[in-house]
Amino acid sequence: MTTLNIENVSKKYGTLETVKGVSLSLQAGERVALLGHNGAGKTTLMRMILGLTPITSGRIEVLGTEAGSRRARSAIGFLPESVAFHGALSGREQLQHFARLKSVSMKRADDLLDRVGLSDAADRKIRTYSKGMRQRIGLAQALLGQPKLALLDEPTSGLDPISRHEFYDIVADLANSGSAVLLSSHALTELEARTDRIAIMSKGNLLADSSLSELRHSAQLPIQVHVTTSEADADRIAAELGGARVNGRSITLTCQQNDKIAMLGQIASLGAVIKDVDVMPASLEDLYRHYSISKEGA
Amino acid sequence: MSIIAIAKLELLIARRNMWVATSVILMGLFTVVLTLAGGAPTGSLGIDPLTVAVTSITTLSVYLIPLIGLLLSFDAIAGESERGTLALSLTYPLSRGEILIGKFLAHFCVLAFAIAVGLGLTAVLTIWQYSAADLSFAPLIKLFVTSLALGAAFLGIGYLVSSLVRQTGVASGIVIIIWLVCVVLYDLGLLGALVADNGGTFTKTIFPWLLVANPADAFRLINMPDGSVSELASGINAAGGASGTLGQLVSLLLWPIIALFFAWIAFRKVEP
Repeated sequence: MTTLNIENVSKKYGTLETVKGVSLSLQAGERVALLGHNGAGKTTLMRMILGLTPITSGRIEVLGTEAGSRRARSAIGFLPESVAFHGALSGREQLQHFARLKSVSMKRADDLLDRVGLSDAADRKIRTYSKGMRQRIGLAQALLGQPKLALLDEPTSGLDPISRHEFYDIVADLANSGSAVLLSSHALTELEARTDRIAIMSKGNLLADSSLSELRHSAQLPIQVHVTTSEADADRIAAELGGARVNGRSITLTCQQNDKIAMLGQIASLGAVIKDVDVMPASLEDLYRHYSISKEGA
Repeated sequence: MSIIAIAKLELLIARRNMWVATSVILMGLFTVVLTLAGGAPTGSLGIDPLTVAVTSITTLSVYLIPLIGLLLSFDAIAGESERGTLALSLTYPLSRGEILIGKFLAHFCVLAFAIAVGLGLTAVLTIWQYSAADLSFAPLIKLFVTSLALGAAFLGIGYLVSSLVRQTGVASGIVIIIWLVCVVLYDLGLLGALVADNGGTFTKTIFPWLLVANPADAFRLINMPDGSVSELASGINAAGGASGTLGQLVSLLLWPIIALFFAWIAFRKVEP
């Protein structure tokens, strides 16, 4: 069964339409990144999946039940964008409270504190926590009861690089055990190897929804090739390959995906004057910029 | 069960925020002072010393219990909405009614505990001063039960305000105004109308019902014993007869239910 099914969903606040006819579906075990600027409609979409915000038109189903219903909510783990807790409670007390609401054992809640690396600080008041620690409590509560669908809104904001790494490990575990994960972000680089599919939203529209390689393919963005050579040969080789000299010994070339092998062959044939070659496919940033600029006008 | 989980958490928060301690100290302090001071002027005049204490404490409770009730409740929804904790709670599989009832149970327990401590001290002090044999505890028990109803009514009103406004600052302002109106201005207004009417139809027909419609006044009337001591509490008491004990009881019981019902309606409309 489809874990999450969004069909032609729109949201209007008066005349302002923040989500425009978005359709998206997630299967069990899939990790999907929802990308977009602030105000693109990512958070509104998540709030509609949770039933916090009424849907203007369209339909959202979680495991075949209407979004916002008790059954749908018990299948979802949610980490809000700026997660907040009552400062007078300790991390353990707060998590145990949420565990009771989800009928999860206290033992399991304590295990999750370990899993997110908070067991040492668990009995301190949340008001003494750093933003990263609050984010970990937020993640722990989203993991309670092994949700069938995890909605993570800007989950890595406030986390340092090592914590981010640990965070994506946890997300991978979650997906491997059969949960569908929808996470929104504008930290693009970290998502590249961490998600199965990428959905791009801009001004309420869903502009793209496929895997990173498919997105690259359909965007037809040029590949950049950096060639390093000796200072004496740089100008000559730049002219020969048709590239631009960047600094003393580097040349940048661009080509389409289909021409890549031919281009590399040409470079290799130059022999010893080439010191090094770097091939850089279009980054997620480039893709994101491509999709959000080219389709916005349409 | 979700209601119990919410109530448990709210009790913990109330303890941490010193709300329990504050309420108990307030109630304890005032009841002890009134019990000790109340006995002094009557001496051995033959009036039941507990009745004297109950009368003084009633007058005080009319002010204090609504205030504690409103202070416990005004932050319940608006505060959570403002801090951003409400949205997350609402994504859990429980209804808004359960959240509201859970909070109400916790705050009601705090209030009941504070009142029980206060009235318990009164009982102990009176027994210690006089002897238990001559005392009638019925007025004290009636005061306890009606205090709970009065507190519950103002808890409900507090939740209603808290659901209707977005900021706690605004909510606190509004509940203070409501408190002032219910315990002071309402009576003043009625007195003014009485004087203006000068014993006409308003005084005889409408006034008793208007009086009992205010839970604070219903509470006052039901706990003021007829006769000697009550004359201290202004002439309003005499008019209470028209609506009768039944009217007062109905008012005190309906207010919590109606207030909580409207709070629930308002809370259902809150979009965090």
